[in-house]
Amino acid sequence: MKKSSFWLGAFGAFAILLMVAQAKVLINAAGATFPYPIYGKWFEEFAKVDPDAQINYQSIGSGGGIRQFSEGTVDFGASDMPMTDEQIGKFKSKPLHFPTVLGGIVPTYNIPGVTQELKFTPEALAGIYLGKIKKWNDPELTKANPGVKLPGNEIVVVHRSDGSGTSFVFTDYLSKVSPEWKSKVGASTSVSWPTGLGDKGNEGVAGIVKQTPYAIGYVELIYVLQNKMAYGSLRNAAGVFLKADLESVTEAAASAAKSMPTDFRVSITNAPGKKAYPIATFTYLLIPSKIEDQGKKKAIVTFLHWMLTDGQKYAAALGYAPLPKDVVGKEEKQIALIQ
Amino acid sequence: MSAPPPAGARALFLRLRSGDEVARLITLAFASSILLVTVGLVYQLWVTSSLPRHKFGFGFLTSSMWNPVTGQFGALPFIYGTVFTSAIALLISVPLGVGAAIFLAELAPPRISSTFTFFIELLAAVPSVIFGVLAIFTLVPLMRDYVEPFLKKTLGGLPIFSGPVFGFGYLTAGVILAIMTLPFVISISREALLEVPTEQREAALALGATRWESTWQAVVPYARLGIFGSIFLGLARALGETMAVTMVIGNDPTIHASLFAPGYTIAAIIANEFSEATGDLYLQSLVELGLVLFLLTIVINALARLLIIATTRRGSAQP
Amino acid sequence: MTLRNRWRKTLSYVMLSLTGVCALVAVCILFLMLGYLVYNGWRSVDWDFFTKLPKSPGETGGGMANAIVGSFQIILLATVIGLPVGFMAGIYLSEFGGKTFAFLVRYMADLLNGVPSIVIGIFAYAVIVIPMHVNSALAGGFALAVMLVPITARSTEQFMSSVPQTLREGALALGASKWKTIATVVVPAAYRGIATGMILGVARIAGETAPLLFTSGNNAYMSGGFTQPTASLPVMIFLRATAPYEDWHRQAWAAGMVLLLLVLLVNIAARLILSRGIAVQK
Repeated sequence: MKKSSFWLGAFGAFAILLMVAQAKVLINAAGATFPYPIYGKWFEEFAKVDPDAQINYQSIGSGGGIRQFSEGTVDFGASDMPMTDEQIGKFKSKPLHFPTVLGGIVPTYNIPGVTQELKFTPEALAGIYLGKIKKWNDPELTKANPGVKLPGNEIVVVHRSDGSGTSFVFTDYLSKVSPEWKSKVGASTSVSWPTGLGDKGNEGVAGIVKQTPYAIGYVELIYVLQNKMAYGSLRNAAGVFLKADLESVTEAAASAAKSMPTDFRVSITNAPGKKAYPIATFTYLLIPSKIEDQGKKKAIVTFLHWMLTDGQKYAAALGYAPLPKDVVGKEEKQIALIQ
Repeated sequence: MSAPPPAGARALFLRLRSGDEVARLITLAFASSILLVTVGLVYQLWVTSSLPRHKFGFGFLTSSMWNPVTGQFGALPFIYGTVFTSAIALLISVPLGVGAAIFLAELAPPRISSTFTFFIELLAAVPSVIFGVLAIFTLVPLMRDYVEPFLKKTLGGLPIFSGPVFGFGYLTAGVILAIMTLPFVISISREALLEVPTEQREAALALGATRWESTWQAVVPYARLGIFGSIFLGLARALGETMAVTMVIGNDPTIHASLFAPGYTIAAIIANEFSEATGDLYLQSLVELGLVLFLLTIVINALARLLIIATTRRGSAQP
Repeated sequence: MTLRNRWRKTLSYVMLSLTGVCALVAVCILFLMLGYLVYNGWRSVDWDFFTKLPKSPGETGGGMANAIVGSFQIILLATVIGLPVGFMAGIYLSEFGGKTFAFLVRYMADLLNGVPSIVIGIFAYAVIVIPMHVNSALAGGFALAVMLVPITARSTEQFMSSVPQTLREGALALGASKWKTIATVVVPAAYRGIATGMILGVARIAGETAPLLFTSGNNAYMSGGFTQPTASLPVMIFLRATAPYEDWHRQAWAAGMVLLLLVLLVNIAARLILSRGIAVQK
């Protein structure tokens, strides 16, 4: 009894000591799961560049990022969906959007026995998620995939259950290609899904699809690459079936990059161009324009500079497309706006 | 102390000098903190759900629309899911639990009975998230690949066995809840059965009943209040269970008839969406859901306690 | 023997065997599930688990050192706040309580006991996280303390009340004041039960996840302090188990096993102390 209470006390002292021994600048951030793999890598690498700063990022979904950023429970947020005017209106000084990388959302599926890559038309995706296309061997799917033996099993539809920027981009795309989707469901971080299972985060959706036969889900490219899952190609606005990759995602941003609005809030889904991937998006860091704590401000500004230069080098290896040069230049100027 | 206590402030001072009064006041203060916290809790739930209460009124309880985009929030799918999964849980755990309790109280030799009970009560101490992990990796594949397809093949005609099979859904959540409520049902039913005086058993046996008849027709009815109490306690636990259910329910805020379908419970949606609900109405609707759950569990808990007290105090099941 | 009697006898035999089956099933479920967890956890746990910080998604390796320390910090907070309050309240209920007020307190304590932990999380969020503008170990500790207080109060009251009145009367007859009697006679007599109740209460809150989800949140690093987001074992288990990465699943098993063994060992120890204690007192 005595010995165990000694060890308990020692451990307790150690735990308390750990708390006081932190001389670092502690920054809390939360938001999108879409870029979590690269943000995780970035914050890890940045800690080597600036050892005094420790950035704790929690991947809770874009909705959570916006909410916690608005409430001030985190120092900065992250979201695939740019904040709406209403959300921005709640701030005393307007928050700044900083695009970080480009990514693509892919339809991933798990069909036992089907090893070939599937082609999805916009009508097929909309139909599946509306609950109108119920089986894998529906004509809409077999039409686009001649030569593939699709089974007659029911499609297990998986979507996000949390407030998700990924959901926003996906539903934004569906709203553009399907009038029925636009009127029935609409585009937002959290919609009333007509059918299917929900799970938290890109991680959760990938997890369910990976484990459930005949499932389909929508996730950021990196999640299917890291988990070696199958994903299909989509028909873009120019009628070409494309898989998401660096080239097609970068191409989707090409037209938008030239006419980028000053606050960087833009949608690049269903972009024109033969080589443009249809469900691509910028993902943003939400930074307050006024940061009172000087230590935090210095760390965040340093990080933003690093992110726009060295950080971009890590993007490709993780399946994200780096930012177009013009956008980087404009963002560098925006950093100066942080007071 | 035979002299009458002096009046007024001097009286208070004199009383305070005795350590007893101080001790009483200090412990009283701590005890009132319990009251304070409970009142504070109810107040906080009430106040932080004012927006949806004013906007929807009682319609909140009857609306099945949960749409954050249009700002329409209704509690019905979650109340349905909570009740449905708890009902499944009880349907499984009550027969199993009462049966096990009968064995442990009536038939098993005392050493086996106490060892078994010891282990079963340990099950009650296992954290919910651990049940959740086990459920995701063992129960869900089991349900999805074997149990649910089997049920669908044999009973697929009935609406509660219709629809696609996901593995996640009401049935899986009900099963894991059953496992979690089992120890409560067994433990309390067993104690209720042990309280039954031996004369009841012996009288039945003397009248020529078989062992089973004496148990089922004389002993169990005698202990029925305590057994019902255990069922209500299990129900109260199942209603509020969060983690294990969140991990296997499928997170679909719609009302489905089929056991195989994904659904949602009140506790699960709060766990999933609370930290990210954007907008006051959305967040406060989740708080109102919490209020509904709170009231539900109070009522059930109160019933459970009444039943259990009735058995132990009166010692007789005669109404 | 008549046919009917033969039927009754068979029925009796069958039904009673069924009850035995029920009991067997119940115990088997326990052993199967927990055995599987320990088996998977044992294969997954390594020294890194206890010493390293978690890695970003997709990378293998790393551990849950921050969650282990974080859990300890949060539980410490909850214990420091909750145990004294519960203990004192329990003493009031058993020694000083008037009729109506004590009844009210008991009722409220039982009420709090039955409140789902997620609702308590909402309360802690509203009371601590919102005003402080940050997720913190303090908020998590407060939520767990709110759960610990009624458990401790009721168990303290139970064991204090079970001390025979003669002990109190003896002390009072010797001239001790009431509070002295309580402090030097009654509490030591009930000490074993009270301590067990406290230990069991702490073991119960140690495994709670729901109230921590939006109070103490999570942290990729060691917690920066009691007013900073703090990782905890149950939350990490939840996050790792619901993700697609195999390595994260491995870590979830390891963490699950560690948490389970901790909770179970504490429970078993407490129960053994209690049962031996009662035997000794007799």
